[in-house]
Amino acid sequence: MNIVVLVKYVPDVTGERRFASDHTVDRDGVDGLLSELDEYAVEQALQIKEQREDEEITVTALTVGPEDAADALRKALQMGADRAVHVEDEAVAGSDAIATSLVLAEAVKTANGGAVPDLVVAGMASTDGGAGVVPAMLAERLGIPQVTLASQVETSGTQVRIRRDSDAATEVISASMPLVLSVTDQTGEARYPSFKGIMAAKKKPLDTVDLDDIGVDASLVGLGASRTTVTSTTARPPRTVGEIVKDEDGTGAAALAAFLASKKFI
Amino acid sequence: MSEVLVLVDHVAGTVKKPTYELLAIARRLGEPSAVFIGGVDAAEAVADAVRGYGAEKVYVIDDSDIVGYLVAPMAEALQQLAAGKDLAAILLPSSAQNKEIAGRLAIKLGSGLITDAVDVAADGTTIQSVFAGSYTVAAQVTTGIPIITVKPNSAAPQEADGAGVVEHVTVTISDAAKAARVEDSRPRAATGRPELTEAAVVVSGGRGTGGDFGPVDALADALGAAVGASRAAVDSGWLSHTFQVGQTGKTVSPQLYMANGISGAIQHRAGMQTSKTIVAVNKDPDAPIFDIVDFGVVGDLHTVLPALTAQISRRKG
Ligand SMILES: Cc1cc2nc3c(=O)[nH]c(=O)nc-3n(C[C@H](O)[C@H](O)[C@H](O)COP(=O)(O)OP(=O)(O)OC[C@H]3O[C@@H](n4cnc5c(N)ncnc54)[C@H](O)[C@@H]3O)c2cc1C
Ligand SMILES: Nc1ncnc2c1ncn2[C@@H]1O[C@H](COP(=O)(O)O)[C@@H](O)[C@H]1O
Repeated sequence: MNIVVLVKYVPDVTGERRFASDHTVDRDGVDGLLSELDEYAVEQALQIKEQREDEEITVTALTVGPEDAADALRKALQMGADRAVHVEDEAVAGSDAIATSLVLAEAVKTANGGAVPDLVVAGMASTDGGAGVVPAMLAERLGIPQVTLASQVETSGTQVRIRRDSDAATEVISASMPLVLSVTDQTGEARYPSFKGIMAAKKKPLDTVDLDDIGVDASLVGLGASRTTVTSTTARPPRTVGEIVKDEDGTGAAALAAFLASKKFI
Repeated sequence: MSEVLVLVDHVAGTVKKPTYELLAIARRLGEPSAVFIGGVDAAEAVADAVRGYGAEKVYVIDDSDIVGYLVAPMAEALQQLAAGKDLAAILLPSSAQNKEIAGRLAIKLGSGLITDAVDVAADGTTIQSVFAGSYTVAAQVTTGIPIITVKPNSAAPQEADGAGVVEHVTVTISDAAKAARVEDSRPRAATGRPELTEAAVVVSGGRGTGGDFGPVDALADALGAAVGASRAAVDSGWLSHTFQVGQTGKTVSPQLYMANGISGAIQHRAGMQTSKTIVAVNKDPDAPIFDIVDFGVVGDLHTVLPALTAQISRRKG
């Protein structure tokens, strides 16, 4: 069985994030890393492999991104992925989710010898403002089912069954492979790379490919092909810090009540 | 004027408030048509409801071939409805599921997609709030029929007389779209409180509650508020994940947000930073939440909240 895990390289959420002059996310001189939400995807892929130890399973980590994005792949390899594929091409810069899903659809197949893999595992959303739409778009493009936003994953044979905690209900959803699976941070802690894992990762294959290699026409991707245009990006003025009082013998509640009353909340 | 499709947000045929908000936005862009995908029995009631907010047409799509599957059939149904129409836009209430529907639809229709808009102007310019609410982005769809998902509370509902002409639409759902099945669905028990993402006031609790949400619940009820939680509180099993506010939970933007025993990690702020007024109660004067509050109390929530609740009840008294 072949599993492809989609990992994105994103600016660190705890650092300062900003936009470049062309309104794309500024990635220059900004610390990046494997999106934390994609660590859960890698973890689930590895768990499936471990649970099905009698089968031959290859876990391939795949990223579409700039040169530094290889860091995200290295982390996935250290965690235990078997191999990695990096789609790196200047023409991809500035792609929206629609174009990204096109590149991913072709790259997923290329990474799997031209065929749709049994399982594509993704995170629930990119931490850099992603909307959690890429997995559904990818499923649409590949013409395969999606089972998304799993908080628990179970596989047996070609069946995948997930639990999803949506707003209205807790659901059990199932489909047969091949399919796209996305997982939430409720699936359970992602492992830390072990020393052994870090050493082993150095010997694992990491292939870099460009748009020609995956057969995507450069005119279909990138900022120019985007079906939306950003007209402005404005930093929100930082919130002005209001009054902070120390509670002493009930003064806190009284002050808070007075504040809420002044704002007509009570 | 071109038509604007608005996907009706409903629970078993009871129309929810975001529908009316979207109809108000749709009227800025063109002529609003409501799209009800649900049980045909409820069609008349839905039509009555949306007519009062300016819907000129009400498309009714029987969901018997759609419920029980994931988003693919919904995307197919909307694609077939959109075919041959001169549309100014397609608006959907922002939810995880609707964003996925919108994503698939955008690919089917060759359209541009904007998700999680917090406003849409008459010329189609959308406003989004990104990077944990630290940036505001204005954008426009440049290709195809603009598909926009809009967050709750992004516009005030506006009553208006619409013709609300009901049109039943038959769609054909492919077998491929039905490949992912819902095997079991256990509806969540109603809390009796406003919905988290729609509430005007949200009272949240974090690890600092120590697992006792009593004071948070009581204050929420005194204020007619929804209850929220940090991930630490959810991970501890004190509340279910549906209450979580933040990057991997709900994004809320109420008039008033009260964070109690919540440190204010960036991932939590991502879900509440755009609230109009923010108040916090926290034992630690250095808690980062205090950097973004309009009013803060350094103190123990187990004494401050009950005292506040008592004062509110007295004022009401
Ligand atoms: C990928 C990822 C996604 C995440 N998504 C989310 C998310 O969606 N939402 C979210 O909330 N977090 C999220 N987190 C977790 C986030 O980083 C924090 O760990 C979490 O928000 C902390 O919750 P907390 O503030 O309740 O707990 P803590 O950080 O432990 O803070 C508890 C606070 O309570 C105060 N306190 C203690 N006792 C009392 C008392 N008696 N009275 C008053 N105050 C008291 C303490 O001073 C402290 O400030 C995410 C993390 C990651 C890595
Ligand atoms: N450039 C990318 N490279 C690899 N995977 C991606 C990329 N963009 C998105 N993904 C995957 O799609 C998921 C959802 O992304 P998004 O729709 O951007 O929120 C992420 O968690 C990743 O697993």
